[in-house]
Amino acid sequence: MSGHPVELAAGTKVDGTALGVLIFFFLVVSVGGFWAARWRRADSPHSLDEWGLGGRSFGTVITWFLLGGDLYTAYTFIAVPAAMFATGAVSGYFAVAYTILVYPIIFIFMPRMWSVAHRNGYVTAADFIRGRFDSKTLALAVAITGILATMPYIALQLVGIQAIIDTIGIGGKGNAFVRDLPLLIAFAVLAAYTYSSGLRAPALIAFVKDTLIYLVIAVAIIYVGVHTGFHHLFNAAQTKMATKNPKTHAATGVFVPAKNNYWAYATLAFGSALALFMYPHSMTAVLSGRSRNVIRRNAAILPTYSLMLGLLALLGYAAIAEKTSVVGTDGKPNPQLAVPHFFRDQFPHWFAGVAYSAIAIGALVPAAIMSIAAANLFTRNIYREFIAPGATPKQEATVSKITSLVVKFGALIFVLSLDKQNAINLQLLGGVWILQTFVSVVGGLYSRWLHRWALLAGWAVGMVYGTVAAYHQKSAATKHFGGSLATFPYTHTKMYIAFSALVLNIVVAVVLTLVLRAVRAPAGRDQTTDDDYYAESDLAGDTLPGTEGGLPAPGAATSRT
Amino acid sequence: MATPARYRLSAGAMVAVTILLVIPILALVIVPIYARKSPELWGFPFFYWYQLLWVLLCGFFTWGAHLVIQRDRRTTGRDRAEVQR
Repeated sequence: MSGHPVELAAGTKVDGTALGVLIFFFLVVSVGGFWAARWRRADSPHSLDEWGLGGRSFGTVITWFLLGGDLYTAYTFIAVPAAMFATGAVSGYFAVAYTILVYPIIFIFMPRMWSVAHRNGYVTAADFIRGRFDSKTLALAVAITGILATMPYIALQLVGIQAIIDTIGIGGKGNAFVRDLPLLIAFAVLAAYTYSSGLRAPALIAFVKDTLIYLVIAVAIIYVGVHTGFHHLFNAAQTKMATKNPKTHAATGVFVPAKNNYWAYATLAFGSALALFMYPHSMTAVLSGRSRNVIRRNAAILPTYSLMLGLLALLGYAAIAEKTSVVGTDGKPNPQLAVPHFFRDQFPHWFAGVAYSAIAIGALVPAAIMSIAAANLFTRNIYREFIAPGATPKQEATVSKITSLVVKFGALIFVLSLDKQNAINLQLLGGVWILQTFVSVVGGLYSRWLHRWALLAGWAVGMVYGTVAAYHQKSAATKHFGGSLATFPYTHTKMYIAFSALVLNIVVAVVLTLVLRAVRAPAGRDQTTDDDYYAESDLAGDTLPGTEGGLPAPGAATSRT
Repeated sequence: MATPARYRLSAGAMVAVTILLVIPILALVIVPIYARKSPELWGFPFFYWYQLLWVLLCGFFTWGAHLVIQRDRRTTGRDRAEVQR
């Protein structure tokens, strides 16, 4: 793999055809992004419900594209095959199990979240915590965790675009300004249409992104099946993973998990599945749906994206089988270039350009939704709560729009000024952190038994343990934050750090609740009612679909044949 | 405040939905079931095609749970309407 990097770097030229295709698709989505402001326009567009949740009006199909575009990000497309390429199944393929597990889980609790949010006008998970547990502090903890976990995630979308730009040949040791200019332009345009169109922009762009992605994956996997052959692909991967590192004498990776990493694989998949819908951007996309049924139906049809992700993951192995070079224009090997380089080496320039476009647009959709979600959190749970309690809906929308710009440029500066390893480390921590809000959010959806102060303590313990455990992981590449696995306290079993932290979090929350209840600590006033957790959409009123006689519930119409 | 009866799933539907949702979760969380290379399918080791297959199966199971809930809501809704009449 390390070959003769300098020669390769010196021989790099800008791929004009691929760049042209990329620019074409970028212009298409930019026009779409600005036009989205007019799409399904509301009478009063100046509120957080309109700008930040698309008017809570999206049906099954739009939600499917939006959630798909939101959850399966450019970084996923780059990082999952990169992990497969570098170390195999446990660090890469678990994403398939994870993105299957997530759907039965959200089927269970997300409709409740939708209902209670719809009834009470909640825009964020922290809004719900505020209302349910009557605790500004706990809500603030949830909001800050959400913002902290989202920021590096946005930064990683930029890293995804950088991998594409590098592959096209713009980069290397040249002028830093020229190298970063495409990223600056892309982000400035993204920021502008997110500002003007809100959540409608990524919802519309997601159509383009997903069409391209499905097309590219279908072509790539047929090509791999015919040209590389799956036998050869898996054999090459197995050989690479079994090869021992000359320095450490450890195997390169894992082809099929053995006894010693069953727990690692299971907790990575399960923990990540629990965490995914705690991310603010997933919550935003779910709350923009127009009914409970939109969510349930999407839980059943979103796995199509997981199928695509699984096939995409295998492209990491295809890159092994085809001996793809992962040396970047800077002359250093970087597994994240496995997929872009695979397309560069195996396909005509124009098709490689389509693949690059799919990945780059795949970065814009989640980056937009993430910045909107982080902005909503700031506006509702910090600005309105602590700075301007009397803010009008219009002021909220304005603050949120400005915050979305700040968030995006923060991420941009982060990526351009710091080593990208920092973004990867923080993204790893983000996953650990966000799962610590699970106990309050999902626990709160079902009961108020857990005490608000105990939840806060559990959250704090989970955050500290997770951060410390992640910090101490070494790998060949880094001294700290070297991986997402650590031995569970007082055992020798390796587990996903976020999962171990969640277990500690729950134990602390339960024990302290028992204590606090014994001393009758004030539990605060619940602003929600039991009824709220079952509410259907407005049009259906509070009656059941099928009983209202006249208008059918908007979400229920298609499945009732 | 008590939950109004109209929102409650019937016991049968509750059991059916639970089973439909728990099966895919167990099928993937219990890693020893599928951490093996054979039998292969079109060159895919078992570990790889089993999980891809569950992508589709999980969709069917979840859709099934959705249909059970829809049906239950309709029938209980009708019952309620009849009682009112």
